[in-house]
Amino acid sequence: MFAPTYLDWNATTPLHPAVREAMLPWLDARFGNASSRHEYGRQARAAIDTARAQVAAAVGAHATEVVFTSGGSEANNLFIKGAAACMKPGLVAVSAIEHPCVREPARQLARAGWTLREIAVDAAGRIDPDDWAAVLRARPSIVSVMRANNETGVLQDVARLAAEARAAGAWFHTDAVQALGKTVLDFRALGVHGMTLSAHKIGGPLGAGALVLDKRVELAPLIAGGGQERGLRSGTENVAAIVGFGVACELASAQVEREAVRLAGLRERLEAAVAGLGARIFSTGAERLPNTCFFAIEGIDGETLVGKLDRAGFACASGSACSSANPEPSRTLTAMGVAPELARNAVRVSLGRDTTEQDVERFAAGLARQVQELRNLTAMAV
Amino acid sequence: MLKFPIYLDYSATTPVDPRVAEKMIPWLTEHFGNPASRSHPFGWEAEKAVEDAREQVAALVGADSREIIWTSGATESNNLAIKGAAQFYKGKGKHIITVKTEHKAVLDTVRELERLGFEATYLDVQENGLLDLEVLKAAIRPDTILVSVMMVNNEIGVVQPIAEIGEICRDKGIVFHVDAAQATGKVDINLAELKVDLMSFSAHKTYGPKGIGALFVRRKPRVRLEAQMHGGGHERGLRSGTLPTHQIVGMGEAFRIAREEMHAENARIRALRDRLLDGLKDMEAVYVNGDLEHRVPHNLNISFAYVEGESLIMAIKDVAVSSGSACTSASLEPSYVLRALGRDDELAHSSIRFTIGRFTTAEEIDYTIDLLKKRIGKLRELSPLWEMVQEGIDLNTVQWAAH
Repeated sequence: MFAPTYLDWNATTPLHPAVREAMLPWLDARFGNASSRHEYGRQARAAIDTARAQVAAAVGAHATEVVFTSGGSEANNLFIKGAAACMKPGLVAVSAIEHPCVREPARQLARAGWTLREIAVDAAGRIDPDDWAAVLRARPSIVSVMRANNETGVLQDVARLAAEARAAGAWFHTDAVQALGKTVLDFRALGVHGMTLSAHKIGGPLGAGALVLDKRVELAPLIAGGGQERGLRSGTENVAAIVGFGVACELASAQVEREAVRLAGLRERLEAAVAGLGARIFSTGAERLPNTCFFAIEGIDGETLVGKLDRAGFACASGSACSSANPEPSRTLTAMGVAPELARNAVRVSLGRDTTEQDVERFAAGLARQVQELRNLTAMAV
Repeated sequence: MLKFPIYLDYSATTPVDPRVAEKMIPWLTEHFGNPASRSHPFGWEAEKAVEDAREQVAALVGADSREIIWTSGATESNNLAIKGAAQFYKGKGKHIITVKTEHKAVLDTVRELERLGFEATYLDVQENGLLDLEVLKAAIRPDTILVSVMMVNNEIGVVQPIAEIGEICRDKGIVFHVDAAQATGKVDINLAELKVDLMSFSAHKTYGPKGIGALFVRRKPRVRLEAQMHGGGHERGLRSGTLPTHQIVGMGEAFRIAREEMHAENARIRALRDRLLDGLKDMEAVYVNGDLEHRVPHNLNISFAYVEGESLIMAIKDVAVSSGSACTSASLEPSYVLRALGRDDELAHSSIRFTIGRFTTAEEIDYTIDLLKKRIGKLRELSPLWEMVQEGIDLNTVQWAAH
């Protein structure tokens, strides 16, 4: 296969070679069920314990606070539904720019007697202070605000939000799937009750994630059965993926600060080029992940542009991967007050570990060419 | 050459077949796309791989690929099937029927539904571990909405009469779920004929990877479920979450191999199981748990009276076996499955599950027989109870002094 330049690192990432090496024995001779008490099982149990410590260390948590799940979606569902199951129906507040796997569980609660309140964001995609104050006055029971947005890359001031939500008596959860590995993430410093992580966004495998959970929080499990993960998540552990997740966390946290500087430099070059084409780059006024550039060009449909870029050898996204099939404009942009016509033009470029300066230069040139071609077509049509 | 410990715990998990691992590895290297990415070939090729695997899984069980929903494993499939159906059909009734010998993933799920206001009947089994159809019929109420019965028991390997149960349920308009985690590759499953509405599958019991399973959801007549995991709307909205391509590819390949090789393989495994049984059956006070005829060839569950199961497992460390299912082996309670067969605590505590698989050899079986004979003899020599039995004392008539 001709390999296009991959610029969609917020959708998923290639497995880190060291992660793959660490996983392979667990797809081979070390195949035990971690619940078995013989040697095969004990090996698997020890490997899971190691991975749990690695994940915990990467995010400043204690190993006993890490609950492994099948991925970020499950971890988000587990916190929101699991917390709600331990409470009387009340108010659940989630930001207007959450990933569907936070928004949809919250909507499920709304079908079960809860009141769902979306927290507005400002034009740059940050939690709107006035609306936030109003949410707190309404005494929410559960609040979920993502640490980093998957489309704009905007970082929320989760430490402050969590402290205020706690003071108002709420349980606070943050989806940190996009933040892990791209920015320093510290569970204690954030002061949240629950935090969602995913392996495949940081060079780990698909099929593993975690909910980091404050030990004082009681949750009802989503999946009942053999009682694995302290009863919070039953099912035979996916040892190979968990081992890979642990190693990926270790690698990511070791280089996160250096890599953030490098990616920010690449993005700066990218955005200079994008801005030069007359694009509007979203959320530049906010603190953002260093790898994400979300932009729209007046008069050029996002899907069309991404399709042309694909044929020219660049893989990027027009929305988040999970809703790529959906022609609706990005909900994140709509929530920021971006007009639907412009939001439909949005393109997301997300950089990662393997992205080089040459990739960015080539992309900038490729983008300019595609945009010019599309503009010429439009001009002919008029 | 024997390699230790000898693995005879194939019902806990199986090694990944090397052919499966080989198919998975490209998806751990250059092919890393998110199958939901629609805007570039990384996503398209992953999506195609996922759909090819769906066909392979459907082919093993006589289903349409559109009836296969990916999950993280059989535990999740069981949760999704049981909670999903109960919640969707709760307007029709609130009664659920299952069996005392089901896997915890079913029993705990049904218990959870009981806490939410559903009512449940846990059926007894016969002494051979099989469900009596008359007992099932008698338990059905006008408000019964769901019956869940496993195809193959994980501890004793007995095969329940799924076809007959299906007829009964379909006749009454009751949704029928079957946990087939232990069945794939061991017994023929033809969902085109079986009147089963929902069926759970696992990859790692059939030489595929851990962390992936599937749920069959019948299209005709259509069965509806409430999703349990919400988000991006993957799997037609029934199960959100990014699909783990390499694991799905692995499950597809594992099921393809099972379909092609299961008949020859099961004949070989049956011969090994019979060899093990022949080697052990002449020992004194040995009891096979569960019906030997309606049983997968892979399983032999034996109680060695007057020997404590945990001490026995410690004494035969060269052989990796279990005293119950892996999921409950962390607890020291006697197996609830054996208790349901009417075995007393003592005998239930003295049981060992041997499960044989693709890579088991005759040499390993012979070694295991020798080892067991030696060690059981030793342990019994140390047992005062065994001594009394040898002297002809009926233990049931002994008045034990209280301490």
